[in-house]
Amino acid sequence: MTVTTRGKAAGLRRVPQYLALLAYVVFLAFPLLWLLSTALKTPREMALADPTWIPREPTLANFADAFGEQDLVGAATRSLVVALASSVVTVVISLPAAYAMARYRGLVNRIAIGWVLVSQVFPFILIIIPLFMILRDMELVNTLPGLVVVHVTFTLPFALWMLQGYVRAVPAELEEAAAMDGAGRIRTIIGVVAPLLAPGVVATLLFAFISSWNEFLFALVILQDPDVMTLPLTLVRFTGPEGVARLGPLAAASLMATIPSLIFFAIIQRRLKSGLMAGAVKG
Amino acid sequence: MTATATRPAPPTPPARHARRRRFSRQTREMWVLMLPALVPVLLFSVGPLLYGIALAFTDARNTRNHETSFVGLDNLGELLTAEDFWSSFRIGMIWAVSVTGLQFLAALGLALLLNQDLRFRGVARVLAVVPWAMPPVVIGLMWKLVYHPDAGILNSLLGTHINWLADFSLALPAIIVVGVWTGMPQTTVVLLAGLQNVPRELYEAVEVDGAGRWRKFWNITLPQLKPVIVAITSLDFVWNINQFGLVYVLTQGGPGGQTRLPMLFAYEEAFRYRFAGYASMLGLAMAVVVLAALGLYLWRQMREAK
Repeated sequence: MTVTTRGKAAGLRRVPQYLALLAYVVFLAFPLLWLLSTALKTPREMALADPTWIPREPTLANFADAFGEQDLVGAATRSLVVALASSVVTVVISLPAAYAMARYRGLVNRIAIGWVLVSQVFPFILIIIPLFMILRDMELVNTLPGLVVVHVTFTLPFALWMLQGYVRAVPAELEEAAAMDGAGRIRTIIGVVAPLLAPGVVATLLFAFISSWNEFLFALVILQDPDVMTLPLTLVRFTGPEGVARLGPLAAASLMATIPSLIFFAIIQRRLKSGLMAGAVKG
Repeated sequence: MTATATRPAPPTPPARHARRRRFSRQTREMWVLMLPALVPVLLFSVGPLLYGIALAFTDARNTRNHETSFVGLDNLGELLTAEDFWSSFRIGMIWAVSVTGLQFLAALGLALLLNQDLRFRGVARVLAVVPWAMPPVVIGLMWKLVYHPDAGILNSLLGTHINWLADFSLALPAIIVVGVWTGMPQTTVVLLAGLQNVPRELYEAVEVDGAGRWRKFWNITLPQLKPVIVAITSLDFVWNINQFGLVYVLTQGGPGGQTRLPMLFAYEEAFRYRFAGYASMLGLAMAVVVLAALGLYLWRQMREAK
């Protein structure tokens, strides 16, 4: 077979493959494009029958309107505070534990990994009822610290899992070498281990931040007063029975609420393809 | 621990004693390092889990000033005779099985395509990860806009006037589509990683025998992927049966309970009607069902593998 005929044959064979790929792209993209389209439409256009893909008079007013909504801005601020606090606390308390898990393998390590798995299987409803009762007794219901506590607790298993993988990647010999040179334990950790761990810490921080920023169920149960609700809750409340008038600002606000996660995924995209999964499987 | 442990080990008797000392020092150090993470997990996760299991056997109400008493298996009896529980359970199973199955088939197809040297696959690759990056609430709201009876694109495309999410027979299929869209990325990424780990030599070996694409797929790709497939479908099933936020945003369990997944049912019982004990039993029953299904599935897979 000559090169050209083989190339042609391969090209023809690829037609169904390209059609299939196109179908996937359409299925994945069309709700996203519709969200964008809705966000760019005027309230007047929203009220028209027979909606179109391309807005007739595209406008950014919906984004401004979303910023004008006191509820949404307040909720976004609260979400930011909760997500920042949760992610920092999660990393601060899981870093030593991750170090211990990676360096002293043994029973505790196995129990910790078991807990990571169990926490994936159990229905949250079984935990959330007693958790609500405990938080109520601690006067933490309807408070942001209450939500931070819960987010930290439920991000911890996976954060630990991630971090101990990164600690393991730092060769123990490096620490031993530093100790030989007379560096104390604390100095070894701060001077040798910490700089090598920095990328892992950043990844874990981002992961914890996004988990908290996106979280819905715990927030729904713990924050029942509209004045303390986080962004996902406020977005859901925003879809009242008022009809189509507020759909534009809602779409705009939804798009903006997605930005933090998009940044996160843009950063870790390369790792996602193979590295992250390989790391998670091989541990 | 006592202060003696901090003293340096005495020189006599040497080896064994010293090792034990060092070991105990290490253990102690480990516990100190673990403590900050252990306390919140025990207090707000393990504790509530045990408390929740205990609640399932009481008549606890989710209100202040309620005298809670032990009622044994009353909640279970009530649950098993409640028609709305069985209807919710049936809906949950339809949802979890069909979303997991469709997710897997769609993701496998996409992963196979992405594993080929096709043009524009970069676009598909980025798009395939986007649903993963979106907050579940935003995904729900976005699809609500797609399905919207007046302002939605779906009716406009099909020329219909259907209120998709409020239709008795269409609401469940409609949310299943959303479930597949939402969960496809993780499954695709995992399957793609699995595909890339299949050794090339295996294909080359059968190519010599003139095997076609289908035979290569059935005889090499699928068997090689099997452990990955088993792992990801199990996880998907567990995630799907425990799904809450997405469906809560889309339909709140409506119309007339047609999309009330078990977790939505439990949430309503616990926080709307405040039957904490009953809802806990529901959660416990679901956990047992999920563990049993998972155990059976994994056991069968392992037996086949032998």
